[in-house]
Amino acid sequence: MTSWKRKHLLGLDELSKEEIELILETASSFKEVSFRDIKKVPALRGKTVVTLFFEPSTRTRISFELAAKRLSADTLNIAVQASSTTKGETLLDTAKNIEAMNVDAMVVRHSLSGAPFILAQGLQCSVINAGDGCREHPTQALLDMFTLKEKLGHIEGLKVALVGDILHSRVARSNIWGLTKLGAKVTVCGPATLMPRGIESMGVKINYDLKEVLRNSDAVIALRLQKERQQDKFLPSLREYSRLFGINQAKLQEATSHLIVMHPGPTNRGVELSAEVADGKQSVILDQVTNGVAVRMAVLYLVLGAKGE
Amino acid sequence: MPMKNKIMDHESIRRAIQRMAHEILEKSGEEPLALIGIRTRGVVLAERLKKAIKDIEGMDVPMGVLDITLYRDDLTLVGAKPLVRQTQIDFDITDKRIVLVDDVFFTGRTIRAALDALTDFGRPAKIELAVLVDRGHRELPIRADFVGKNVPTAKHQNVNVLMQETDNTQDEVIIEEKNA
Repeated sequence: MTSWKRKHLLGLDELSKEEIELILETASSFKEVSFRDIKKVPALRGKTVVTLFFEPSTRTRISFELAAKRLSADTLNIAVQASSTTKGETLLDTAKNIEAMNVDAMVVRHSLSGAPFILAQGLQCSVINAGDGCREHPTQALLDMFTLKEKLGHIEGLKVALVGDILHSRVARSNIWGLTKLGAKVTVCGPATLMPRGIESMGVKINYDLKEVLRNSDAVIALRLQKERQQDKFLPSLREYSRLFGINQAKLQEATSHLIVMHPGPTNRGVELSAEVADGKQSVILDQVTNGVAVRMAVLYLVLGAKGE
Repeated sequence: MPMKNKIMDHESIRRAIQRMAHEILEKSGEEPLALIGIRTRGVVLAERLKKAIKDIEGMDVPMGVLDITLYRDDLTLVGAKPLVRQTQIDFDITDKRIVLVDDVFFTGRTIRAALDALTDFGRPAKIELAVLVDRGHRELPIRADFVGKNVPTAKHQNVNVLMQETDNTQDEVIIEEKNA
């Protein structure tokens, strides 16, 4: 078993297969804690974890906060609207000021790709990337992989499809890094306008035919259509998108019966997934949310343990 | 060359477990009995105790597995975090008589952590401790109720319990000098 040496978690691109497996294994040990009557262990007692979010988020922030609390760390949540960056302070200055109050880990979400790297270089505390621009969202991909492993038993050899807005999706990028390292076969599917040029070089196949993709997959991860990143006209209409790339019950008929449907949330119902599918028996969306806490507990535990190396 | 000294073999371990099973049963009271093994070798010993109790009395006692890593008092001192493994207690421990099982009883800090962990799962009627080897050098006011063998040791020595199930060898208990 490899041991964990990283002080930060910035992306899955830099992790080895063994490091990813260690996180997943540790997470499976942590999952049980959330099912106890007393959902708390003292592992990070006395540590302070700050979530610093420059973009709106409910699920990820709450998930990190609960993960930290269930490890007995103290948590503090900072949302950008309420902070002094609106008064012109730079990202690093804001972070350094928070760090000066002796925090141990900073969980950061920022609309700029690479923002967590700037912080990791400038700070003494641990930095965990909770989503940076269109680059990576490592803990989301880790919880996706955890869920895949839990539901389908293994990742190696698994056929996984990522469907939707690949271009703007940090979830897609992190999943591609992670899944290919663990030996899954990844196919990306979506409108040509939302397909990044050269994506094949990341070791994935492109297929624009959703039905064919569904027929040949063990799992499909529908990506959220990021309306906030769609100022330029990538799509003629949402209706057309939903007709071609939305997953509904009729299209699911084509798929194998063991196919599982995943979505990182929040779902635009009727766009990426029909309500039937989102609530259907092949959907594991809420299991993903449950597993997210366990995965983030594992990440906090490992990252905070590696300090001083 | 480090000095190695075998203090228990397969047969003496078997007898010790058999005797401890009898002692545990002898002390039975009103409360239903359950065993909880502390990872890793405490689990093997708990399984064997469970089987011995079944052979003697024909009763099936519930058994759980406890990983105490998250409750260690030196978590902030050690460098890389030790691997966390799963805790698995599928029954309610409240109002039961719990016998904690571990292989080597040394400073008592593992047992302290296990007691903390157990209180997070419920409120047992009582908790007792069964260990294969008591090597002394307690750092906390904790004692064992059932002991396979008392072994006087020096603090610089290591006591290693090897079990067929976990170590792929014959059962044995060895004392050796710590490598310098």
